[in-house]
Amino acid sequence: MIRLTKLQVRVVERIIATIPLALAVAVAAFVFMRMLPGDPVDIMMGEAAGVAQGEIEALRRQLGLDQPILVQLSNYLKGVFRGDLGYSIIRGRPVAEVIGEAIPATVELAVCAMVISVLVGVPLGTASALKQNTALDRATSAASFLGISMPPFWLGIVAILVLAMNLGWLPTSGRAPYGYEPRHITGLFILDSILTWDPEALAASLRHLVLPSLTLATGVTAVVVRITRSSMLDVMRADYITFARAKGVPERAVTVKHALRNAMIPTATLVGLEFGSLLGGNMIVETIFSWPGLGRVVVDAIFAQDYPVVQAAVMVYALTYVGMNLITDIVYTVLNPRMSI
Amino acid sequence: MSHATVQTEELTYCPHVADSHPSYEPVVLLPSAWQRLWAHSGARVGLVLLALYMVCAALAPVLSPHDPTAVNLMSRLAAPSLSGPYILGADQLGRDILSRVLYGAGVSILVGLATIAVSAGVGITLGMIAGYVGGKFDALVSRFTELLLAFPYMIFVIGAMAVMGPGFWNLIWALSFKGWVEFFRLARALTMAEKSKEYVEAARALGRPTPVIIAAEILPNILSSLMVLATMRMGKMIVMESSLSFLGLGIPPSIPAWGSMINDGRRFLLTSWWVATIPGIALAGLVLAMNLVGEGMRDVLDPKLVSGS
Repeated sequence: MIRLTKLQVRVVERIIATIPLALAVAVAAFVFMRMLPGDPVDIMMGEAAGVAQGEIEALRRQLGLDQPILVQLSNYLKGVFRGDLGYSIIRGRPVAEVIGEAIPATVELAVCAMVISVLVGVPLGTASALKQNTALDRATSAASFLGISMPPFWLGIVAILVLAMNLGWLPTSGRAPYGYEPRHITGLFILDSILTWDPEALAASLRHLVLPSLTLATGVTAVVVRITRSSMLDVMRADYITFARAKGVPERAVTVKHALRNAMIPTATLVGLEFGSLLGGNMIVETIFSWPGLGRVVVDAIFAQDYPVVQAAVMVYALTYVGMNLITDIVYTVLNPRMSI
Repeated sequence: MSHATVQTEELTYCPHVADSHPSYEPVVLLPSAWQRLWAHSGARVGLVLLALYMVCAALAPVLSPHDPTAVNLMSRLAAPSLSGPYILGADQLGRDILSRVLYGAGVSILVGLATIAVSAGVGITLGMIAGYVGGKFDALVSRFTELLLAFPYMIFVIGAMAVMGPGFWNLIWALSFKGWVEFFRLARALTMAEKSKEYVEAARALGRPTPVIIAAEILPNILSSLMVLATMRMGKMIVMESSLSFLGLGIPPSIPAWGSMINDGRRFLLTSWWVATIPGIALAGLVLAMNLVGEGMRDVLDPKLVSGS
């Protein structure tokens, strides 16, 4: 028999506890689609003028829409388990394919924004806490406050106006100009262009990433700065820091080894949650920058009444979010030594 | 923040007052919450700014130089000019941007207030009942909130707007449908903490009915934390409203709203920057004001709620 440590048991428990929620999410996505106005068959048939009643019935049967709602639900859930998400009405392709193409774009953007936020936010928040009430601290606090208050879609537009249109430094939309895309391996352009060693594609992809990821990163960086600063301030007042200083540990080691590691626990939790919402909440930024990710696919699908795509995307979003929360929880458990006792 | 705390301590403690009165006289100098909020420098800026927006919104019909919906194709995309008829320029249909921004303030503030009122009303009521009564009701509502939390807010609201179609009240329902969850969770947690305290036990021993205990005994004690949350969320709701109007899923185009104005201006960014930029500045200013007041309230009323700066 396998002996699990307490920590492992806790992690397994969390994973198991997520399963009913994931199932409920899938059912909710199904119910949500049934609530949308309009009959998918009518939409597929266009205005339905000149289409024989028999054809409509045949299509209805083909889509399984003539069956009782519970049978439809169980068929749908079986499909979800097999990765079969139905056909896109507008694009005439499997939904899994449409969404599969869009996910790498969204992931690439979210990762890039998160990396910027952590690389800028953590050092700035730490410095701000160590130099509390100095000019640096006040400037950082004011800037992070502005960052939180700035509506991202407006920020994106101003960035396009200044950096792309007036100065002409950066492209305004898309992931790479036509013909510059790297050969498809993972769908993540940066990674693909490094793997295939295509410097032109790499440069083009990086240039396209700058504006959307900076726009997304602004708000997140501000939150990271604030949480890092406040948890660093909390930790620096703790007894074990005083004790470390009393032992004669050099100040640098006190901050880096003793304080920062513990101060990072709330930051890590926040980063996980923010990453989840970046993956699931950037439809506005993707729309502004014509970024071909999941957010734009959903917005387009809603306007085009392409319900199978909307339904699947809603589910992917929710499952990602649930998954991110789970990972955050596990990382938190592992990072925090108090949790394993 | 530190400034406000120090002052509070001085005023409530009043060592110098005690010294100057050798015979002990209790001097009650508890500053009201408003005074303490006003003493908070960030909150003061926020309150002034917010008051300015409220005045603009309320007096929009008087202050606006033009009808915000009047189309005048002769002056389409007119540049801002202090001497011309359009101080902040005109949009692609020749509508005055200043007038539209003034009217838009009312739309944003109303949506923010109404959404928070509905969300807080539902969330606090359910949260307090769940926290006080517990049991099956608590379990049921709590599971439902977990399910709602699994859906990203934006996709949820976009989906709900697709179901209901654009409209002022539809938008408020769509935003509130998930907005109440945070109020529920906070009210539930606070009520659970309060219900074992002596004053609640005393009320129970006196035989007061449960609804009275919840509304008259517990609610006043947890209200300040809930008010902080309400203020902090108001800015978020206003941004959500503009984001949806920006996508064309929020306020109907016939009503001037900042989000749809920004979207209008997006197409003319290169030639007429003012169409999108000016409503954006108005929006950012309002959100900033809300956040400043919210942070100030948190520092003054409930420093433990969110561990921020």
